[in-house]
Amino acid sequence: MRKSIRKLFVTAVFIIFSVSMITGAACAADTIKLGVAGAHSGDLASYGIPSVKAAELVVKDINSRGGIDGKKVELLVEDDVCKPEVATNTATKLLSQGVNVVMGHICSGATKAALSIYKDANIICMSPSATNPPLTQSGNYPNFYRTIASDDAQAKLEVDYALGVLKVKKIAVLHDKGDYGKGLAEFAKLFIGQDPRGEVVLFEGVTPGAVDYSAVVQKVKRSKAEAVIFGGYHPEASKIVMQMRKKRMKTHFISDDGVKDDTFIKVAGKYAEGVYATGPKDTAKNPMAIAAKKAHQKEYGADPGAFFLEAYAATLALLNAIDKAGSTDYKAIEKALKTEYVETPIGKIKFDDKGDAIGIGFSIYQVQNGVYVEVK
Amino acid sequence: MDYFLELFLGGLTRGSIYALIALGYTMVYGIIELINFAHGEIYMIGAFTALIVISVLTMMGMNTLAILVIAGVIAVIYSSAYGYTVEKIAYKPLRNAPRLSALISAIGMSLFLQNYVLLAQTSDFLPFPNLIPDFEFMEPYAHIIGSTDIVIVITTAIVMIILTFLIKFTRIGKAMRATSQDKTMAMLTGVDVDRVISVTFIVGSATAAIGGVLIASHVGMINFYVGFIAGIKAFVAAVLGGIGSIPGAVLGSFVLGWTESFATGYISSDYEDVFAFLILVFILIFRPAGILGRSERHRV
Amino acid sequence: MFLTFPIMVIRVNPIEKIIEWRWNNLILVGAGSFLISMVWRYMIERKDYGTRKAEAGEKSDQPPLIQRVMKDKRIYTPFLIIVALFACIFPFVFSMYQTNILITALIYVMLGLGLNIVVGLAGLLDLGYVAFYAVGAYTYALLNYHFGLTFWMVLPIGAGMGTLFGILLGFPVLRLRGDYLAIVTLGFGEIIRLILENWNEFSFGPSGIAQISRPSFLGMDMSVHGAIIYMYYIMIALCLFTIFFVNRLQDSRIGRAWIALREDETACQAMGIDKAKTKLTAFALGATWAGMGGVLFAAKTTFVNPASFTIWESIIILCIVVLGGMGSIVGVIVGALILILLPEYLRAFSEYRMLAFGILLVITMVFRPGGIVSDVRRIYQFKGTAETKS
Repeated sequence: MRKSIRKLFVTAVFIIFSVSMITGAACAADTIKLGVAGAHSGDLASYGIPSVKAAELVVKDINSRGGIDGKKVELLVEDDVCKPEVATNTATKLLSQGVNVVMGHICSGATKAALSIYKDANIICMSPSATNPPLTQSGNYPNFYRTIASDDAQAKLEVDYALGVLKVKKIAVLHDKGDYGKGLAEFAKLFIGQDPRGEVVLFEGVTPGAVDYSAVVQKVKRSKAEAVIFGGYHPEASKIVMQMRKKRMKTHFISDDGVKDDTFIKVAGKYAEGVYATGPKDTAKNPMAIAAKKAHQKEYGADPGAFFLEAYAATLALLNAIDKAGSTDYKAIEKALKTEYVETPIGKIKFDDKGDAIGIGFSIYQVQNGVYVEVK
Repeated sequence: MDYFLELFLGGLTRGSIYALIALGYTMVYGIIELINFAHGEIYMIGAFTALIVISVLTMMGMNTLAILVIAGVIAVIYSSAYGYTVEKIAYKPLRNAPRLSALISAIGMSLFLQNYVLLAQTSDFLPFPNLIPDFEFMEPYAHIIGSTDIVIVITTAIVMIILTFLIKFTRIGKAMRATSQDKTMAMLTGVDVDRVISVTFIVGSATAAIGGVLIASHVGMINFYVGFIAGIKAFVAAVLGGIGSIPGAVLGSFVLGWTESFATGYISSDYEDVFAFLILVFILIFRPAGILGRSERHRV
Repeated sequence: MFLTFPIMVIRVNPIEKIIEWRWNNLILVGAGSFLISMVWRYMIERKDYGTRKAEAGEKSDQPPLIQRVMKDKRIYTPFLIIVALFACIFPFVFSMYQTNILITALIYVMLGLGLNIVVGLAGLLDLGYVAFYAVGAYTYALLNYHFGLTFWMVLPIGAGMGTLFGILLGFPVLRLRGDYLAIVTLGFGEIIRLILENWNEFSFGPSGIAQISRPSFLGMDMSVHGAIIYMYYIMIALCLFTIFFVNRLQDSRIGRAWIALREDETACQAMGIDKAKTKLTAFALGATWAGMGGVLFAAKTTFVNPASFTIWESIIILCIVVLGGMGSIVGVIVGALILILLPEYLRAFSEYRMLAFGILLVITMVFRPGGIVSDVRRIYQFKGTAETKS
């Protein structure tokens, strides 16, 4: 048994190269295969499903116009539940199916785990929502692109707003101990520390899903913070805001695009008034964004969810690059992504050398009378 | 001192929340020695039912107090029905099987109920209206303790007293105690064991439902996953107090609530749960049967 | 009892105060539950009938199929060879995806066998098994990140760290029994995860450690596909080693001490077995395997973060052991393959996946409370001891 294994090793090593070459060649079939990976079930599903719908809409649109260079685009949708270990399975499944480009992975952790697999197979991957800075800034993932600003950019904006516009001095930084929230909070802490105008009076993580946050809120109150910067998603944000307001605290609450979600306003109700959140620059006037939202309403009978526009833009950017490059070759797509501008619902974008999008602006929103309004 | 008081009261509320769920856990455990993983889900279903009833009644334009009462009653009935059915389907056929099998069955049931609600309702968080009005006379103290908190603490106390009374002084309570001590012997003395177990599940689920309604209106939102996290914590509380004992469950919950509250307040909320579990480990090392647990029976 | 069902099903959708009455659901579920209840009752009756027959002494002469296969050398040997051959050629016949999920399943086979020592043999209910798994994974991740140690160097270190933690955490819980033990181990599992999550300087917090190198073969660089195939054979070899080891262990002195401990702690002590030592070895050995599993996990995913080590992971591993059949090696293997591969193949059902999984757990337990491959071991053990003594 063991001997046969060892023998097989030797043959395996030889076969590997030929197999990988064959699969590489076999990919150039008659359809362009676009993989869509992300959390489509589990507790983070509400962040992943909108991206699938965005991809479906774009692909339907392009196919109805004859596809790219006469080739139809085929969608391969795979679930990764936002878990790194499942994401590697998802990635290999996509590879086995001969995927050309991948739009996705929603969570940063899952994206990191899957990227190394895509990298070795020379496949470009573009995420609509993975905001972890090292993904682009470390240079370890040359095949990664994203249509969303990274954590540090958001944190910078939040801190500048708090110190510059709101003119607060004492800031409490809270996070949900998650991949996304804690990363953002740490950048916020760093930026406040660098700025002489303000100081961090509290830096704490809250336990996601806990029944109440009264102790943390009490602590914020005791620290006499004038503003809270929170990194995390909307369920925790609304619990904290509600308890702060119930305790009659008027502290400013500034958060990220995980909170800039209509569900937050619905859940927190009247307590949501006055909360600030960062998000992509106002897309209400962008004709493509309006068209995309309309298409979604027509197709699924509901308003699109979180990261929908980013995913729409990512799909467009990828397919446009393939179109411009005239092939699904890695180098050609890479060049097209970095040189050709593309019109998307979030603006006219191209990508810098690291993989971050150029042309996307972030701005601050505030809840006013039950809707998010961009503040100038 | 003010700060201490605030943390103390915060811990008290949190403890009461755990207690409402832990009571059901401890009752079920006391009688069939099963960690009922699906108990947290029953609590979640109670909250969901209440939410549905509330939104229907609000549409009909009823006044708040009536809605609160009706929603509470219906949630209790529903949850009891669920508790009863879960017991019949998933645990009764396993009465004589290895205990771990029943545990896995409970885990399966918990998964099923979670996903059932996820599919039938939605994965999103839903806002839960705050049913308890802000009392006028509480206004000066609103920055320290909310009206909801008071209602929760009082309800917990009432539920605990009722349950203790039920177990100590009624016929069915006597039967329960008999069953938990020795099933076969109880059966021989004419106790309908199946019925006793069913009643236990119904009562346990009813407490969970009351907890569900109150907690949801305190937190202000629910989704299909709230049951699992709360369930684990409540279970820890029940064990801490000595599983199977009603006052133990409440005491354990308060200890847990205070530990978390003070750990957050004076140290860091980063390690809130670490302290909660450390307290658990320490207490169990020195009192292996929990704070108020019965001394162990060594069967030879 | 099923009268309660239809009531439950009048469901409304309170999204934004829009109420959606879904009467057609009611009819559907009503009819469905009626049908299911009929089938259910029939099955339960059949099962009861079966057990009653068994109790009445009409024992069916034929043991279950798998047991027969195990006993009969003529079937058993060719069967084993076929499985072995199949395992060898697997990565060349099936796609990379299939190989990859099989690697995951094999990691869980190892974990399952490790936990089987603690739960199945020694009867200590451990709900925090994932802690040791995390220890192993982070050992490799950190050593690889800071010192660039390779997979083969860290594998024994990871196992050693697992053992160390097993002993450390084992000490305080020696006095506890049953469910108190379960909850304390659960606590330890959570503590380890929370520390990894919060102690940024040490573990890089929730953003985790990326770019962990895959196992290398004589220093050669391999493509992902090659690495996966290589990984697969490593897993097969390690699983075989584990099976061999656990098998030997079961028949050893300490293995019998565990079984005795499981059956009756007090009597076991009276027989002169050092309870503390026996429990501790079970804990430590179980943890060793988890540590190894962790190293493999880190090498496979090339990324670790605390999110992979939640309570659920412990519960799944426990499910593997119990569903497969406690104390039975074949059972654990079957359990792991089913529980890990099933959710992958159930992808077709997409959103109904976990629902189906839950139902399956309940049904398996209700109709086969001893697990899929139950009790093979114990019966054999009994005969074995009887023979050697006589």
